[in-house]
Amino acid sequence: METPLPEKLSASMDEKSLAAWRFAEKAVPRFWQAAAFSGVGGLYAAFFAVLPDARHGNVFRIIFLHVPASWMSLFIYLCMAFWAGWGLFSAKRECFADSRLSHVMSSALAPTGALFTFLSLWTGALWGKPSWGTWWVWWDARLVSELILLFMYAGIISLRSAVDDPRRADKAVALLTLVGLVNIPVIYFSVRWWTTLHQGYSITLTRPPAMAPAAFWTLLLCVFACAMYTAAVSLTRFGNLLLEREGMAGWPRGAIPAENG
Amino acid sequence: MLRFICFVVRREFLLALRRQADIFSLLFFFIVVTSLFPLGAGPQPETLRKLAPGALWTSAMLAALLSLPRLFDDDYRDGALEQYALGTQRLACAVFGKIAAHWLVFGLPLALIAPLAGLQFGLPEHPLWVLTVSLAAGTPALSGIGAICAALTLGLRGGRVLLSLLALPLYIPVLVFGAGAVETALAGASAEAGLSFLAALSLAGVFFAPPAAAAALRVMME
Repeated sequence: METPLPEKLSASMDEKSLAAWRFAEKAVPRFWQAAAFSGVGGLYAAFFAVLPDARHGNVFRIIFLHVPASWMSLFIYLCMAFWAGWGLFSAKRECFADSRLSHVMSSALAPTGALFTFLSLWTGALWGKPSWGTWWVWWDARLVSELILLFMYAGIISLRSAVDDPRRADKAVALLTLVGLVNIPVIYFSVRWWTTLHQGYSITLTRPPAMAPAAFWTLLLCVFACAMYTAAVSLTRFGNLLLEREGMAGWPRGAIPAENG
Repeated sequence: MLRFICFVVRREFLLALRRQADIFSLLFFFIVVTSLFPLGAGPQPETLRKLAPGALWTSAMLAALLSLPRLFDDDYRDGALEQYALGTQRLACAVFGKIAAHWLVFGLPLALIAPLAGLQFGLPEHPLWVLTVSLAAGTPALSGIGAICAALTLGLRGGRVLLSLLALPLYIPVLVFGAGAVETALAGASAEAGLSFLAALSLAGVFFAPPAAAAALRVMME
């Protein structure tokens, strides 16, 4: 149970929670629209507009799910770590309202991150079978470090559910998230540090992409769709977690119109 | 500060010496698990030799995992941990002392008896040496990483299972380089690269783990 706070502090926390919840409420439909449009457009382009690859044939089209999922799995972890760090930092500065909202945001991102990590591994295996002749190899650093990322997400989610007191859970999970951050550069640089089966970078900021322009723009569209999906889903989860946690506070009664009857 | 760390190490060491059965049961666990592999995989010498690095290192990791709850649980129960947290010295120093003592009473003996377990797999002399050195160099990382996870699961329902879920993924790099070093030695090459990597992981782990574990302990004790 959370200990009660002084009246004035609790009032400002209520305002911040209400504002955050209102923002989530308003932004979620926009993100869903963006995700739907870019998703449909990206999938159409991926299946019909992009020509089959000279070496891989049609199999390479799985790239349009694999690469966005992999990028999002890393990006979501970075976001989680950012919010976790911000939560700890603002608790230190005694901005408890910010701290609590940051931790809720961090925990709202975790399941989606785990989903994308799983998708990345799964689509990678599906792609690996026809092109490398194997679903999985244990000596490939990229594959194994991505698997560790999945375990990290699982650990974070289960630590959150194991600690009963939400504020203790916030801090413990934030620490674990920051510890797991060491894995992220290892995943990203694994194809450069070790000679692996996984291919190197196709897309960098400094060189033109090593693929046809149509495929490149389609890929970016798919990444955008996944990012919008992530934003929509995690903001929905954020709003629900906030309501679940602070249902006893004053602000939800003002925010949600009463049901009929 | 140094005196305080020495004090913590001495205290932990004495506590461990007074309860020797704990250490011996852990070492015995290691021996039992390593002898399960030949029973399960069959007694062919080539199979066993191929299996040895991974099996020995995995068993060492499992033994390390079992030893982790002992790191903080007793002190948490009798209030010594709170005394550390409230005292004038940094909690991280106490954690550092605990990690060092954990390596002394667990990691070092494990490294010393590992050749015995290696003999069951028919390892030649050089890989046996590399096994000992790799365990001695790698177990500080196991203690350090384990301390963070043990602190995060302090006093939780079902904390033991959660502890393994948190610690094992973080142990993977140590396993890879430890078993890799023994494997290269078994193939007749120099295992120096793997051993250096293990030592680097251990140094980083022992350096960064105490503040993180101390922060986790403060969260879980409040």
